[in-house]
Amino acid sequence: MKTVEKLGKTVEEAVELALKELKAKREEVEVEVLDEGSRGLFGLLSRMAKVRVTLKKKPEEKALEFLRGLFNILKIAPDINMVYEEDGLCKIEMKGKDLGIIIGKRGATLNALQFLTSLVANKESGEYQRIVLDVEGYRKKREKVLRELALKVAKKVKETKKSIALEPMPPSERKIIHSTLQNDSRVKTHSEGEEPYRRVIVSLKYPPVR
Amino acid sequence: MTELVEYIAKALVDHPEEVTVNRVEGEQSVIIELKVHPDDMGKIIGKQGRIAKAIRTVVKAAAAKEGKRVIVEIL
Repeated sequence: MKTVEKLGKTVEEAVELALKELKAKREEVEVEVLDEGSRGLFGLLSRMAKVRVTLKKKPEEKALEFLRGLFNILKIAPDINMVYEEDGLCKIEMKGKDLGIIIGKRGATLNALQFLTSLVANKESGEYQRIVLDVEGYRKKREKVLRELALKVAKKVKETKKSIALEPMPPSERKIIHSTLQNDSRVKTHSEGEEPYRRVIVSLKYPPVR
Repeated sequence: MTELVEYIAKALVDHPEEVTVNRVEGEQSVIIELKVHPDDMGKIIGKQGRIAKAIRTVVKAAAAKEGKRVIVEIL
């Protein structure tokens, strides 16, 4: 963790100097006032203000640290790569041997790990950083599977004229179903139930009149 | 496995020094008892038990690797 101590005529001045040295903004640091300083009397006995300024860890740094420690305990050593996507999302990709256990059935373990990692990363920070975990391109593959599933279900709904409820899915996966079918002229989608059992229902846009 | 539960719990709470983990060997399974500071209960359980569920999912996956059945109990 990066820390500097600075002197200044006032606390504010000392903080400014520290921020300049750390090349950081006010919200990215923690300030500890070591000495308020004192003007003294007619310039006599005056003391400089002293502050200790520490650069706070960014959420994504905390996320990486948390994951590395966790993998260490699990005795797996994936390659970890972090990329920023255009919408401010931070994607942490893992590659390597024996990573099946961190994906789990339909990504259950990966989603749980992602949820815990986001909590740890954003625990003390003001701004919320969205974090997505991926293993060996799993998210892309899952997206393809979900798109195919959506189309298959839509076809069945049109044939049988009955609504179909999909199995419960996390929000990111439901979004894929909704977006796949949003331009379909004959079926519509909506979600029902409470997290984590919320599920997408695919139904006919114009139910047949009896 | 206790190490894993302890690690995750400590990362989530505000009072990591008050996290205690206890391992109880059952006949077919291992029970891991997790105790945290009363103020941290919410951070370990979450809305509708979401956090507790996520911890259990991750621990279960790790235990499966060792061929064990693990139950995480929050006291």
